[in-house]
Amino acid sequence: MSAREAILSALRASGAAPVAAPAHPAPVQQGDPVARFLESVKGVGGHPYRVADDAALVAAVAALPVWSAPRRASLVPGIDGTVDLEAVDDPHALADLDVAAIPGEVAVAENGAVWVKGESLGPHRAVFVIPEHLVLVVRAADVVNDMQAAYGRITLPRPGYGLFISGPSKTADIEQSLVIGAHGARSCAVFVVG
Amino acid sequence: MIHHHPEKARLFVLDDERAHWHDKALWFVRVKRDRAAATVPEWEGLRTAAEGIKVHTLSRLAEYLEEFERKATANGIQVHWARDGEEHNRIVHGILEKRGVQRMVKSKSMLTEECHLNPYLEARGIEVVDTDLGERIVQLAGEPPSHIVMPAIHRKKEEIGELFHEKLGTPRGLSDPTLLTERARAHLREKFLKAEAGLTGVNFAIAETGGFVVVTNEGNADMGTTLPPVHIASMGIEKVIPRLADLGIFLRLLARSATGQPVSSYTTHFHSPLPGGELHLVIVDNGRSEMLSEAHRRKALCCIRCGACLNTCPVYRRSGGYSYSYLIPGPIGSVLGPHRDLAGHASLPFASSLCGSCTDVCPVKVDLHHQLLALRQEAGEEKLLPFGKRMGMKMASFAMARPALFRAGGKFARWILRVAPGLARVGPGAVWLRGRELPEPPTETFADLYDREMATRPEVKS
Repeated sequence: MSAREAILSALRASGAAPVAAPAHPAPVQQGDPVARFLESVKGVGGHPYRVADDAALVAAVAALPVWSAPRRASLVPGIDGTVDLEAVDDPHALADLDVAAIPGEVAVAENGAVWVKGESLGPHRAVFVIPEHLVLVVRAADVVNDMQAAYGRITLPRPGYGLFISGPSKTADIEQSLVIGAHGARSCAVFVVG
Repeated sequence: MIHHHPEKARLFVLDDERAHWHDKALWFVRVKRDRAAATVPEWEGLRTAAEGIKVHTLSRLAEYLEEFERKATANGIQVHWARDGEEHNRIVHGILEKRGVQRMVKSKSMLTEECHLNPYLEARGIEVVDTDLGERIVQLAGEPPSHIVMPAIHRKKEEIGELFHEKLGTPRGLSDPTLLTERARAHLREKFLKAEAGLTGVNFAIAETGGFVVVTNEGNADMGTTLPPVHIASMGIEKVIPRLADLGIFLRLLARSATGQPVSSYTTHFHSPLPGGELHLVIVDNGRSEMLSEAHRRKALCCIRCGACLNTCPVYRRSGGYSYSYLIPGPIGSVLGPHRDLAGHASLPFASSLCGSCTDVCPVKVDLHHQLLALRQEAGEEKLLPFGKRMGMKMASFAMARPALFRAGGKFARWILRVAPGLARVGPGAVWLRGRELPEPPTETFADLYDREMATRPEVKS
């Protein structure tokens, strides 16, 4: 008998009586989602910004100190980088990337997380984790109250890829001291447009 | 020799200062968890839902695993099945060997600890680098993790500085966590860039979509799965959940329970390999289906490995991860270990005050302290208790079944306590008095008080 069959038949023989799936509790709406999202971004070690429109976004990103670094990649329409990701064959070549700007699809007020779908990452998934700094851009209309609401909005093409990013990379593995910048981005600027 | 929790714990508390430091470090995390939970008004509803989803899934586990496999395969994920740790290791090695992989990076996976994957691969000439900072620290030190979420919680920053000096060539005397982390980042980045394969655990596998989720704060799982072309993920059969929307429940609970964060930094959903790459998923049983077949053990399979029960446990905090004989320490490990091998872990159900704090903080409501109590009874029935404890229990139950004897015994004990308290420190009972003061003998017992009260209040008696 194959391992697969052995395991599945053992499970079928386990005699666990079927139990119905429960309903999900309705989350409590807590205040203005955008204001709360910006607060949460700060709480997870990110830098929140709110801009009125795309023109203001372009100007604000350009004014970021991290955006003055030489190796910049942008996946956000209207924001120009210096590294053409399409021209890079191997993600290892992105090891010296200074900063990347990436659009998010949904933003979550309760925890500062931004959902980034695989298609928004361009040709190399590594673009969100390998650069020294990260810039995320979301629309005010895409901010939801909580993770349950976020999953109601997420589109996950199959086969596919996607992730929530909440602030910069961090660790507290040495004596519980929070250190920002473990393996991924050392800083994470999050822009809400609108 | 059977690993005996009280003996290991005694060694841990010999260093009084360190024992208190450890206790405080974990209590700090527990307090952060409480604060995070309090920000969610529907917290208890989430726990109930999470428990319900897990119990539901376990009741139809074969169906959900088949659905998951079918959809994962359609997504281009290569699914493998392993009955035990040895088969898991063989499958992983086979994948690596076929591609000539010499160097693999790995993010945190308690399952691969359970299967002893690292020594298996190292014996076959493959370099395995644990990339979670805490895991890398214990790997360099040649130790297992002492906590499931914070593997190096038992080590002081000065010791880590010394270890890095010895193993990574950092300057001697470095102890600042930021500087140490920076050194580890540079060291591990080199490993990430050279790795030919990356291995991760699985936090949740989704039957509905045929994908899985891996959660980290450091981004190490992401570095290890976006650079090398081969990704292997190892999961226990109990990790599957029915629907994508169920993640909304679990992810609201997981990080808050684990570290007090509202969510982890990276929550990555894998539903396909890297373009041009390979994604393998190994589904492992290793004793889980057996645990599932027994109703009273089943609930322990709901665990989502947040570590909240460790952080809150007064025994874990004061005895450290290495005093436990099972690779997962704390209340959940003291349930899982004995469920697998009661004789091998007979002292673990007793490594608890049965205060119930573990059950109260568990995000999926595993009835931990009830299971610990049940395991104590099992250990008793199977005669796995030390002689002294067995005799003590026998004597206590004999006396408690005989009120007159019980009262006389109590009277005698109170008398001894008054006239010769030193006697209590002699014999097998003395172990209880290590670090404890003897009580003042009461002038009146509860039974005396009860009799007196009843005598003056005849209406209550009738």
